[in-house]
Amino acid sequence: MRVKEVSLMERIHIDVPLLFWVIVLSVVGLLALYSANGQDMDLILRQSIRLGAALLIMIIIAQLSPARLSRFSIWIYLGCLALLIMVLFFGDVGKGAQRWLDIKVFRFQPSEIMKLALPMVIAWYLGEKTLPPAIGRVFVALIFILIPVLLIVKQPDLGTALLVAVAGFSILFIAGISWKLLAGFFLTASLSAPALWYLLHEYQKKRILTLLNPEQDPLGAGYHIIQSKIAIGSGGIYGKGWLNGTQSHLEFLPERSTDFIFAVFCEEFGLMGVLVLVCIYLFIIARGLYIAMHAQQLYGKLLGAGIILTFSVYIFVNMGMVSGQLPVVGVPLPLISHGGTSMLTIMAGFGILMSIHTHRRLL
Amino acid sequence: MNKPADTPDCAGRRRCLIAFFGIAAILVAGRVFYLQILNKDFLKSHGDARSIRTISIPAHRGVITDRNNETLAVSAPVASIWAEPKAALEGADDDLIKLANILGMPAKDLNRHLSARQDREFVYLKRHVQPDTAQRIRDLKIPGVHTLKEYKRYYPTGEVTAHLVGFNNVDDKGQEGIELAYDHWLKGSPGEKRMLKDRYGYFVKDIENIRQPSPGRSLSLSMDQRLQYLAYKELKSAVINHKAKGGMLLLLDTGSGEVLSLAVQPSFNPNNRAGLKSDRYRNRVVTDVFEPGSTIKPFTVAAALISGLYEPESIIDTQPGYLKVGSYTIRDINNYGSLSVREVIKKSSNVGATKIATSLGPERLWELHDKVGFGNRTTSGYPGEVTGSLDYHAAWSPLELVTISYGYGMSVTTLQLGQAYAILAAGGLLYPITFQKTVNAKPARRVMPESVALEVGEMMRAVVGPGGSGKAAAVDGYHVAGKTGTVHKASSSGYARNRYLSLFAGFAPATAPRLALVVVINEPQAGQYFGGLVAAPVFSKVMEGALRILNIPPDNLTGIKQRTMSASVSHQVAENATVEM
Repeated sequence: MRVKEVSLMERIHIDVPLLFWVIVLSVVGLLALYSANGQDMDLILRQSIRLGAALLIMIIIAQLSPARLSRFSIWIYLGCLALLIMVLFFGDVGKGAQRWLDIKVFRFQPSEIMKLALPMVIAWYLGEKTLPPAIGRVFVALIFILIPVLLIVKQPDLGTALLVAVAGFSILFIAGISWKLLAGFFLTASLSAPALWYLLHEYQKKRILTLLNPEQDPLGAGYHIIQSKIAIGSGGIYGKGWLNGTQSHLEFLPERSTDFIFAVFCEEFGLMGVLVLVCIYLFIIARGLYIAMHAQQLYGKLLGAGIILTFSVYIFVNMGMVSGQLPVVGVPLPLISHGGTSMLTIMAGFGILMSIHTHRRLL
Repeated sequence: MNKPADTPDCAGRRRCLIAFFGIAAILVAGRVFYLQILNKDFLKSHGDARSIRTISIPAHRGVITDRNNETLAVSAPVASIWAEPKAALEGADDDLIKLANILGMPAKDLNRHLSARQDREFVYLKRHVQPDTAQRIRDLKIPGVHTLKEYKRYYPTGEVTAHLVGFNNVDDKGQEGIELAYDHWLKGSPGEKRMLKDRYGYFVKDIENIRQPSPGRSLSLSMDQRLQYLAYKELKSAVINHKAKGGMLLLLDTGSGEVLSLAVQPSFNPNNRAGLKSDRYRNRVVTDVFEPGSTIKPFTVAAALISGLYEPESIIDTQPGYLKVGSYTIRDINNYGSLSVREVIKKSSNVGATKIATSLGPERLWELHDKVGFGNRTTSGYPGEVTGSLDYHAAWSPLELVTISYGYGMSVTTLQLGQAYAILAAGGLLYPITFQKTVNAKPARRVMPESVALEVGEMMRAVVGPGGSGKAAAVDGYHVAGKTGTVHKASSSGYARNRYLSLFAGFAPATAPRLALVVVINEPQAGQYFGGLVAAPVFSKVMEGALRILNIPPDNLTGIKQRTMSASVSHQVAENATVEM
């Protein structure tokens, strides 16, 4: 039995390394956002307030023990499903899709919450029994995944639907479903791809085609990718310096404070900056993995790894899409892109990680 | 529960995760490396192509002044409004309506104008607007709508100098007249600068100046605005009074070949040429030819004196006032009987000129005409100048020899006639014609023996003297030498009966010539048409004013009357008044 002083931070359920890197990342994000947004201080203040609120939620969630979170999982999931159904009927229309729910005080996207609710419910469900899960339980988990994904596809928001699916599958994967099953899923997915193609909206087809050959429509759909590649390439090794990016500041780069902020970052901070940024992300991922590895319950183990896997998928999908390797699916760069809901989900996820780590029973 | 349920496969999955993170991080870093290091130049050049523009900075065009530094043409900075149609149409409809209001055109028209040119990158909306209008448009900040600095040419002396100075086109390039002839001298070279442009085409900031614009050089014309105004005024009133189709006037400095004044009627306002036909712009002094008629006779007589076959007092029998050459009959107005060579000029006898020419033969006549410049362009360099026509003597028929002796069957420009008279005035020296102010006159060329020029000049004084056909050209206080001309205008069906050209050409002061002046009134229709009645009075007024303005000492003080003194005072007052536009 190990005897260890319990530090103050641990007593208030805060994991210091994770908090440190999250704050570092948030500061980098505010700097990049300040530049990308034409040095609009008001916007930075608002983003800072959101950031503070998100940190607060993170700390509040960290106070809840994993056991309690586990019990809540199914209710959170069901509540979120209800919200998704409400979106279909009452949602605000933005950019041709119903994604937002306006509850007077603020608007939010229930699909974002689902990114957390789905892994929670699957981790809870699979964590009840030993691993790897039995075939029957896998199929139940699949139904958990399929319902919200289809609801989100209906909005339509293909990108988020994919990410929600990834969040769900990541738990299944970590839970250790057999490679054969995984291969089966993959096969089914690729076989049904041609059929899915016809279900896609025209703009979604266009995005995928554009990715394959951006030059075919340089003024329309390919514009995003070409411009962001140009912005990244203009950065060189050391970048043009903070606030000195031209491609991004001259309005050539679309969505430069949200999905494409990585291009602004690349132009201003260059390859060196990108390496530093990737390292910060890797530190956070490493810490998350460490926490998941040392979790004492299956629920914490599965959910912790699932959260961190989802987080890293955001990062690499966003970077891949901005640098022209993946289709433009509208994934924000975690904690850097402008926007409230995604930051909230991510911070809540970190709160769960902290909870998992700081509620270990010291044996 | 020391080791929670951690199956071997779970550890495997963890390794899978770590491998995934590692591979993803390397892929991202590798991609960024590829874009930022390997592909940098390509992407950067594409970025620059989007954001960096090289802008031409217009150069200030040189000022044109008269010989006393009075401004005749000056370039003022103005703004032009242009648009990228696609970007402009993408903006708010509201913006375009505001823009249309400022531009003073219906919004519908503006929309149509832009819609029809969507494939273009640059479309002018309005050229040369006032600076405050341009500022109001800039303040609207409409995407795809821009302003451009340009220069617009202003001609303060307006229609007084219109034909001489010419004008520029809307791009500030010489189009006519001096503006065209000296375009290379006036225009300067535009500068260039590199600018940063944002997606909407707004120029955000200057990056560097590649080249400063170098302004054009100013040009001093030989023209004297005081004389020009006088000439313009007198020619215009004569054209109006005689209900003439038009008129031309040329005043030369006989000691330098400089053009002191050049006027064409009807004139035009070079500052607003809307709706004018291009024939109105033509500088007819250099571009239009006519048969010189009797004004050629001094040169017929000069050829006679040069040949040595005639003396000023040699007698020619002009009876009975007409002469048949082949089927053609040459007539004088009256039967003058026996005339001396001197009197052939004074009476303007066609029969006398014919007889002289017949005895000289074509070569002698042609040689002098050719030397004084008929049938050749002058050295003026003025755009559009024509040669007139003078056939080579070997090709002359007997009838042609006869008609050329009194100025038909050949054609000249007002400029050539002025140059020829300036030669008589300058004692047989040809000073190259120029429109530029000259400090040191170019070397003159002798084209006629001095004695002959002096003798002919002296004979021409009789034209303006008592009993001469050009009495009306006389100037108090000065001896004037000149010759009238009344020319039947040629038309497609032979010579027109009622269409005349009234001419007077001459120089003064006759004893020490300084100025040569040609006045042409085209188709006077108010009854009078003789050169001595229509053109000679204009000559008198312009020459009198010019002599006084230039302070040229009188050479004939015996005939001055008190009346003229007071008249000249009032004239001076009028002269000091501002130039009307």
